Amino acid sequence: MQKYLTCALTWVDARFPLTSNWKAHLSEYYAPKNFNFWYYFGSLAMLVLVLQIVTGVLLTMHYKPDAALAFASVEYIMRDVPWGWLVRYMHSTGASMFFVVVYLHMFRGLLYGSYRNPRELIWLFGVAIFLCLMGEAFFGYLLPWGQMSFWGAQVIINLFTSIPFIGPDVSLWLRGDFMVSDATLNRFFAFHVIALPLVLLGLVAAHIIALHEVGSNNPDGIEIKKNKDPVTHIPLDGIPFHPYYTVKDIMGVAMFLIVFSAVLFFAPEMGGYFLEANNFIPADALKTPPHIAPVWYFTPYYSILRAVPPLFSSQFPGVVAMGLSVVAFAFLPWIDRSPVKSIRYRGVQYKSWLAVFVVSFLILGYLGTVPTTVWGTFDKALPLVGGVDRANVFARIFTLLYFLFFALMPWYSKIDKTKPVPERVTG
Amino acid sequence: MNKLILILSLILPLGALANEGMELDHAPINGANQASLQRGAKTFINYCLNCHSAAYMRYNRLHDIGLTDEEIKANLIFTGAKVGDTMTVAMNKKDAKSWFGATPPDLSVISRARGADWLYTYLRGFYRDETRPTGWNNVAFDKVGMPHVLWQLQGEQHLKITEEVDAHGNKTESHALVLVKPGKLSPGEYDLMVADLVNYLVYMGEPARAQRMQLGLIVLLFLSLFFVVARALKKEFWKDIH
Repeated sequence: MQKYLTCALTWVDARFPLTSNWKAHLSEYYAPKNFNFWYYFGSLAMLVLVLQIVTGVLLTMHYKPDAALAFASVEYIMRDVPWGWLVRYMHSTGASMFFVVVYLHMFRGLLYGSYRNPRELIWLFGVAIFLCLMGEAFFGYLLPWGQMSFWGAQVIINLFTSIPFIGPDVSLWLRGDFMVSDATLNRFFAFHVIALPLVLLGLVAAHIIALHEVGSNNPDGIEIKKNKDPVTHIPLDGIPFHPYYTVKDIMGVAMFLIVFSAVLFFAPEMGGYFLEANNFIPADALKTPPHIAPVWYFTPYYSILRAVPPLFSSQFPGVVAMGLSVVAFAFLPWIDRSPVKSIRYRGVQYKSWLAVFVVSFLILGYLGTVPTTVWGTFDKALPLVGGVDRANVFARIFTLLYFLFFALMPWYSKIDKTKPVPERVTG
Repeated sequence: MNKLILILSLILPLGALANEGMELDHAPINGANQASLQRGAKTFINYCLNCHSAAYMRYNRLHDIGLTDEEIKANLIFTGAKVGDTMTVAMNKKDAKSWFGATPPDLSVISRARGADWLYTYLRGFYRDETRPTGWNNVAFDKVGMPHVLWQLQGEQHLKITEEVDAHGNKTESHALVLVKPGKLSPGEYDLMVADLVNYLVYMGEPARAQRMQLGLIVLLFLSLFFVVARALKKEFWKDIH
């Protein structure tokens, strides 16, 4: 038996680089041995991606991308398709968990300077993946054709109307109609199930190829390739990805699936954050819901959009700010000028700014889920802010702090007092 | 006891008459109580399923709540529908709009859109209001188009508004529903009937709910065991890495 298998492998290897790829990416890809909790989320993001593709394919078999049939076809999946409810909940929970995992994965990058030289391209591919994922989520959210699907898409497409001169034509072109309609649903379906997934898969491949070219960063932010065994040329602090990190990631997968299943089976709506109550009402172009809010993973950016005041009664500055708030991540490799990568050796300035950023992100995220009237208005007698919605003022402050984290980074990262970085990785 | 004196009031702690932010009564429902679900199905099909459809719900799905095809056919199908059909209504949508001002919404997933507590408050919150075309208004849904279909059971309520002026001269309005003309059911019986109906509506919103929770326990149990094994495997492989 062994003989035949070896024979088959030799046959394949003569025609396709199977063994060499296995070695290059798994059994002889040396990863730092000191990965911690934060390093699970890369492989988990891959897992969720596969889960979304598999469940998505199954949903496509029963879903009808037609304004007259879409809502009913989702309920058909929930009731009449065998295990349809399970597949649909896996997909809807998966969408939110994708963002949970990706946000934690990105935060890991901020903690340990994973975007720094020589990993700038990995980071740029990552930012592109994030943008693509946002598009994927936005297009997919229209498909159930509920009230939130409809009005969410309406609001977001209308943002393009604010672009000077060409805005109205652009939004008309995007919708394919004068309002969100069957034409919009059909094209969003096309983008969601084929166009963006293709781009996403390509970018994920590029992300991993780039990673395996330069090697993984680690919580100490030091290059393990600098200390190689003189004979074998294997990094002294590196261990083969397979089997060490495959078994470790299987443990991570088990941990993640427990959380995932707890949500899926016991709180698939997640209190209205993963599946919104209003989306159980079929889309109605004549009835605007009293409060339109995006799904939770978009709320920080939505808050920024609302916080920026209009200019010449145009929302365009807000739209630009919202775009910038996402694109800002792409600049990190060049605006971070600290001599060290990892937060372990950074000084108090970077740590404080990172804390400010995280708090801003979370508060903006919360404010994006509620109406601006949530905290009432300031007393009329107060100067400047008298009579203004409190939440709006705070959203402006935190938007400013969000951007200052990026804008001031070239300075505070440079003058920050750092600790000496060790030669070899620590625990 | 003199029934006229027996004015039973359902005290709804209403800060305002608005839809939004209104304090709702907690719906005392239990999805595992099949008798309650069956009573709710009966009420739903007798009273709601004339104007409202439940177009995503099949009659024979009621197997979930312990009914057989024969029982469903004999007791719950009043139209020519087959037992495998969905719960549709014959009423024309355009007619409905001209009669009620709005087409009665499909109720298949109404519990997921509105929530059990809202439905429980709404179905007990009708009161007489002569300014409305139907003569009815509702505390949970101001200017509602739907008349009080269950009035013969509940009786007629009035909305009592009392204004209080405190020592500082601040006015506070409090609202309370008062039963002025008792129906066939006592308030307690009516509340139970509505609770059964809401229980059924919640079931109908997601018929797979019970199966979901049941499967969830098995999945979590398996994953916990899998985690223990995966952790042991990881420890075994990693024992030489320092």
